[in-house]
Amino acid sequence: MKGGRDVIHHQLIVVGGGLAGLRAAVEARAAGVDVAILSQVHPARSHSGAAQGGINAALANHPEGHDDTPERHAFDTVKGSDYLADQDAVIQMTADAPGVIFEMDHWGCPFSRFDDGRIAQRPFGGAGYPRTCYGTDKTGHYLLHCLVERAYERRIPMYIEVFVTGLIVVDGACRGVVAYDMLRGGFEAFTADAVIMATGGAGRVYGNSTNAVISTGGGAAIAYQAGVPLKDMEFIQFHPTGLLTTNILMSEGARGEGGYLINGLGERFMERYAPQAMELAPRDITSRSIQTEILEGRGVDGKGYVYLDLRHLGAQKILERLPGIRDLSIHFEGVDPIDEPVPVVPSQHYTMGGIDTDVDGRTPMPGLFAAGECACVSVHGANRLGGNSLLETIVFGRRAGAAAAEDLAGQDGEDGTGGGDAVTAAARQALAATERRVAELAARGADGEDPYAIRAAMKAAMKEHFGVFREEAQMRAGLGKLEGLKARCAAVGLRHEGGVFNLDLMRTLELEGMVDVALTVAKGALRRTESRGSHSRTDFPQRDDAIWLKHTLAYPAAAGPRLAYKPVALGAFEPQERTY
Amino acid sequence: MPQARFRIKRHDPARDAGDADRYDEFVVEYESSLTVLEGLFAIQECQDPSLAFRYCCRAAVCGSCAMYINGRYRLACQTNLRHLRPGTITVEPMPHLSPVKDLVCEMTDFFAKYEYVKPWLMRSSGAPEREILQSPEERRKLDMSVDCILCGACYSSCPSVWTEENYLGPAALLKAYRFEVDSRDEAGSRRMPAWENERGVYRCHTITNCVEACPKRLNPTEGIQWLKRAAVCRRLFGKKK
Repeated sequence: MKGGRDVIHHQLIVVGGGLAGLRAAVEARAAGVDVAILSQVHPARSHSGAAQGGINAALANHPEGHDDTPERHAFDTVKGSDYLADQDAVIQMTADAPGVIFEMDHWGCPFSRFDDGRIAQRPFGGAGYPRTCYGTDKTGHYLLHCLVERAYERRIPMYIEVFVTGLIVVDGACRGVVAYDMLRGGFEAFTADAVIMATGGAGRVYGNSTNAVISTGGGAAIAYQAGVPLKDMEFIQFHPTGLLTTNILMSEGARGEGGYLINGLGERFMERYAPQAMELAPRDITSRSIQTEILEGRGVDGKGYVYLDLRHLGAQKILERLPGIRDLSIHFEGVDPIDEPVPVVPSQHYTMGGIDTDVDGRTPMPGLFAAGECACVSVHGANRLGGNSLLETIVFGRRAGAAAAEDLAGQDGEDGTGGGDAVTAAARQALAATERRVAELAARGADGEDPYAIRAAMKAAMKEHFGVFREEAQMRAGLGKLEGLKARCAAVGLRHEGGVFNLDLMRTLELEGMVDVALTVAKGALRRTESRGSHSRTDFPQRDDAIWLKHTLAYPAAAGPRLAYKPVALGAFEPQERTY
Repeated sequence: MPQARFRIKRHDPARDAGDADRYDEFVVEYESSLTVLEGLFAIQECQDPSLAFRYCCRAAVCGSCAMYINGRYRLACQTNLRHLRPGTITVEPMPHLSPVKDLVCEMTDFFAKYEYVKPWLMRSSGAPEREILQSPEERRKLDMSVDCILCGACYSSCPSVWTEENYLGPAALLKAYRFEVDSRDEAGSRRMPAWENERGVYRCHTITNCVEACPKRLNPTEGIQWLKRAAVCRRLFGKKK
């Protein structure tokens, strides 16, 4: 294919223009680094913008939270994680939280306000205090535009509608990426002294995800295929309230503002499962409760859904605090929550696992960093609290940007011609290899396996076999399906060979990576013979700290993911039983 | 199963000189509900892999899929067939923007103009240790403008954009308004040269196509008129409001 720009060099390449990527780039730029952002969509269109309810920080602005502290935020996060989170990382995140929120305010983020002019906070699931800062129910959108605008102010170059397909690795170190330029219609290499992956989650390997269509786990898959381990992939969050027909998110903020969950008998059934926290139990517990109601025949009309009821909040509160929820509900479900309860169902929402990183975004591969949902630090462990994902993007995006800048400052100046001859040569080789791969796909054409049939089968298998509740035989059957799909990926055919904006090319190229990521979820889940956080096994219903208080690491191998384990960082909070 | 008939405007840069309009028709079967975006995916996956369109969130918040559907600006993801009159659904790219491929049009200028208005908070005093205080009333002034999803529908619909390629257009000016009206902003007259000129607010002739086109029901014209008033006040009296 022609049309690419050959080889382009920057000191630092950030892949992904969502909150984590933008924050990383802004931080690196402030340190004087020549940094550029590559993004499959314009950064303002990133999936971070779909986040609704808020971002956690112990600002102690809420009258009922005046004695909140970062330590309490850390405790709630660790408890919410079912003790799988690394406690040092959580303490770092909650300590950084107030500062990064104030910084976003200084940069213009339009948070909602209390009467005294301070940033408004609302209660959220699994939190002992109302500490979720918000901008109505569009917090992600506001934060995202704010950081895009900050990146503009810092004049950070953005390569937009550039779809990254692989890493450039020289002597075991990441020195750039290969990408498909959607507008020019060809492949290009971007060489760099370091790369930060910030490509978001992998929700779309499931058939029932709240996530954007582009949340396909691309960055995680590319790193994994280059030998970088993925951590804790079996921990997949199901959000309690996705819209019934589309799985579009109904924010936890709806329950934070006082919304009820109601079953087919008209009961507020959370009373049975979390008598104290009720609807504001953590997401894993709330989703399991809904699923149990459905399985035991107490869904609405005996069917597979329950109601999110906001009617008692009144029109004024809904219009003021939850206008986005109301719009989504009207447009996508045909239901106005002011007048009617909203049918909802637990839906895949968040990938707790991801590229194995430390608190500064460093991965085991020199030169490669990761931040945001594609990474796993781990601060969410086995179950993420609502409001902690936006926080993670900004805290760890910033830290990764700073760490990359620090590493680059320690290196000798390059020759100024673009990363050195060895790197440029490796980039040309990687480009050529990509072109060959595309040529093979094109040669099979429509006679090859249908990528869309494989994709659909994978999504169905993940939804059916690796959902809210899991069990040995069911997961074995699912793993078998995925292994069959992985084999079919090798024979997939490209159906369209056009250069510009070739969706068939992008969707075919990313397919195998999606199946690889799905396999890490499946293998990790099957091997982990306990229930912890979002990973809930009917055949092993108890948490087993003696054996399983450890992180899973999945490495690529010929026979599929090879699993290894490493200890959890403890020390501040003793693991105890989780009740709410 | 119910069927939906789509008539889609096509453009292939490798093939079309650009003048002749080309449309293809597709029939999509669906179960109980179908959005235009879901229809486009069904076509791309099963009938014509070359079909090009932008997409991301499919929940009306990212602004990727603004298109011209049955002669109106709409987000493809938010447009369910039940919102449309029965019969063939005509899907075209947003008019008056250069075509890239099929339903994908050139947005580079649109975003460059957004960047041009200096859409960031400017402060002259130092940042406080905590948040900058802002009353709920001051915050409410931002309500309309901060919900813009940058889909470009207003820009494509504006006759002043059609006739003056340098005109910044409704979305960029709404962004300028969003910062000028923010109580935390201390730009003074620093941002004004970007929008107070012949390619800025004075090129708006209050035709209000933007208001009609906006899928988020925002009112860029109102923001632009506020900027004009602010500019006149500053020139006459030396202050913004």
